[in-house]
Amino acid sequence: MTEFKAWLLAENPDSRAQATLGRSYLAWLRFYRNPLAMIGLVIVVALILMALFAPYIAPYGMTSGLTGNELALQRFQPPSAAHWFGTDGQANDVFSRIVIGSRITLLIVAIVIFTAPILGFVIGTVSGYFGGWVDGVLMRLTDIFLAFPKLVLALALAAAMGRGLESAIFAIAVTSWPAYARLARAETLTIRNTDYLAAAKLQGASHWRLITGHIMPLCLSSLIVRVTLDMAGIILTAAGLGFLGLGAQPPIPEWGAMIAEGRDYILSYWWLATFPGLAIFTVALGFNLLGDGLRDVLDPKSGA
Amino acid sequence: MVNQATKAPLLAVNNLNIRFPSVHGAVHAVRDVSFTMGREKVAIVGESGSGKSQTGRAILGLSPGQVSADSLIFDGIDLQRLSSKAYREIRGKRISMVMQDPKYSLNPVMSIGKQMIEACQIQMKVSKKQALARCMQMLEAVRIRQPQRVFKAYPHEVSGGMGQRIMIAMMLLSSPDLLIADEPTSALDVTVQLQILAIMDDLVQDTGMGLILISHDLPLVASFCDRILVMYAGRIVEELDASKLDQAQHPYTRGLLSCLPSHATKGQPLATLERQDSWLDEALENRGLRV
Amino acid sequence: MTDHQEQAVIAVKDLAIYFGRGEHQVKAVDQVSFAIPPRQSFGLVGESGSGKSTILRALAGLDHVDQGQLLLDGEPLQIKRTKAFYKKVQMVFQDPYASLHPRHTVDKILAEPLAIHGFKDIEQRIIKVMDQVALPHKFRFRYPHQLSGGQRQRVAIARALILEPEILLLDEPTSALDVSIQAEVLNLLNRLRAELSLTYVLVSHDLAVVSYMCERVAVMQQGKLVELLQVDQDGKTYPKQAYTKQLNLASQGYDRARIEQFIDHD
Repeated sequence: MTEFKAWLLAENPDSRAQATLGRSYLAWLRFYRNPLAMIGLVIVVALILMALFAPYIAPYGMTSGLTGNELALQRFQPPSAAHWFGTDGQANDVFSRIVIGSRITLLIVAIVIFTAPILGFVIGTVSGYFGGWVDGVLMRLTDIFLAFPKLVLALALAAAMGRGLESAIFAIAVTSWPAYARLARAETLTIRNTDYLAAAKLQGASHWRLITGHIMPLCLSSLIVRVTLDMAGIILTAAGLGFLGLGAQPPIPEWGAMIAEGRDYILSYWWLATFPGLAIFTVALGFNLLGDGLRDVLDPKSGA
Repeated sequence: MVNQATKAPLLAVNNLNIRFPSVHGAVHAVRDVSFTMGREKVAIVGESGSGKSQTGRAILGLSPGQVSADSLIFDGIDLQRLSSKAYREIRGKRISMVMQDPKYSLNPVMSIGKQMIEACQIQMKVSKKQALARCMQMLEAVRIRQPQRVFKAYPHEVSGGMGQRIMIAMMLLSSPDLLIADEPTSALDVTVQLQILAIMDDLVQDTGMGLILISHDLPLVASFCDRILVMYAGRIVEELDASKLDQAQHPYTRGLLSCLPSHATKGQPLATLERQDSWLDEALENRGLRV
Repeated sequence: MTDHQEQAVIAVKDLAIYFGRGEHQVKAVDQVSFAIPPRQSFGLVGESGSGKSTILRALAGLDHVDQGQLLLDGEPLQIKRTKAFYKKVQMVFQDPYASLHPRHTVDKILAEPLAIHGFKDIEQRIIKVMDQVALPHKFRFRYPHQLSGGQRQRVAIARALILEPEILLLDEPTSALDVSIQAEVLNLLNRLRAELSLTYVLVSHDLAVVSYMCERVAVMQQGKLVELLQVDQDGKTYPKQAYTKQLNLASQGYDRARIEQFIDHD
């Protein structure tokens, strides 16, 4: 192990891979020393594991399937050894629903991560790199999308596409990419006139090579930080849409929708809204802490 | 050029050390630096990382590192015992500093005149009218021909040389006893550079203030200052009269001079500096020490 | 001069470059002409704002040209430079801290031009060029922040040399370095020019550097070419223009009496 560490921290690496790994290891060391960031990482990793192994973790199914007398007996049970987070009006186990619901949260996160930031990143770097009319057209387009209020657009989409998780995710993705485009463009503008970019141009590098090989790697870290910090907001927006009945529809255990269901009973059956609320709170906090930690590690101004 | 240091030391630095804690162990940026000076022009010369700037900052109490010294006496005042409030009183009023780039020392959204008057009022506690008069007087002292016009201008509207004159004028508002100039002219063109030095020269002559000029340019400071302290890796390796630069003993000082293109024969390679570990007296704790 | 122009590798004819518009327009370069024969080291010297760097950047294709012509081997340069141009002309920038990509290792920096131009023997060429600039092989997989200023400038020179160009445009290659490091880099540049029969265009504010390095020097002031000087074998120039004389005096150090006679630029 110590040998491996020495190899990673070697002042004069012998290969490209060793140099890259060494740099990543140094970044990890910096991240590791930040306790809050580590808490964030643990929360996010726990969320991912929970979503992956949801069927094995959840003691009950998504729905109880009970009817009649059984349902009447089992519904609205307070937290107990059998039902850690109690049961809801359909006698469903709240803990199981939260565990299974983590898949939905993660699905939203994953879909948004692989659409909005990537689209925004490409538009932003291209716009910033070329400038001129390309920049003008792309940035006006961005402005138009930036002017859409998220919830109103979601309402419109729900009306057009029908209520459901898909329209909620679509609404979030469509309204969140412009922020990334702006960020990527601003970063690109600071890089555009640097000597190292001029030097690469003088080697005859194509626009494609300059954007993907020189500009994107430098913009990427601030994008990652921004996306991580935004994840909390995206989860909250999704939950908000669920709460308004525009996102996931019952009986899908989306956390926001679960709070909405529990809203009517908040005084008599406190656990219905509290536990999904805590779940949203914890995951949002986790992403925020992780984002802050990543910012310290990935800050392009820190040199390493 | 009488060496007044022996008579009444304006500043006495005894065994100054500055360390910067880092993940790889402490970096010893300044090691056992000692010197005394009077109301004269002293140059601290060295390459990047030699600790020359940190020495200047430590005298002003502005070093970000861990400063320790046997004594740090300015005009009878023990600087190490000063409260931060008392230090602020001295800083700007009795000891001033001019930085390399005036762009970063002036507030970009405030007119130059306003900044000068504000600085003047804070330092000297005088009325606005008196402050204005004093500012005009100082702008004329640094030979700005149209002080009225400069007064109304914003920092981005003046050239680098003009900006540096304004900074010097600002630093001299309270007629300090000691001016520390950290590479005040290295961002400027050579003719402007000399004009700025001439202004500082005259001010030293007229007001009798002491000047510490921190620079990397050995021949230039030799033609300008009274005494030179040559720093290498945090130490003063040689101290000599400026007029006797050609009699420098230390191989580092000699090396710095001989590697200049102006001292070379065309067609012959330039002499390069062979650094000796013995110059350090002790092994450097960190390579690539850059301050 | 006509003789020069026929065989010149680089010729600049009535070059004019303007920045800004309307009343704020600045003539960064104003009707400048010169020609550089092969294997000469040609200096452009002047104070800030004299247009010396702008000419170099225009030659490299990094700045626009408003009037006049730039010729390479007698052929006018097109606005869009070809790959063949970049193989022939390379540039070294002033600040080695800013001219190397912070996330690329030395190896990647050197490999990229080879990849762009489709070279096969990347490995051998990297080793060869690192030897040429006397950069120890152990630095090959380091990142720029792990190198000193002088080592970085060696990397930048290696990058410029790896395509085996004939012409190097040098933009203040040593002004960000300490004098002892400057000496090493200047020696390296002189040795490389002799070994590889290179043509240099060297921009500097330092008359001593230019006189030491170059055979001919163009003195620039506020966009205009003030004087073309021949440097004799002792590294001496004999300026006739008042501006050049003043520049010459100023570079000799501080002399209180002399400064009074300087013409003010502010």
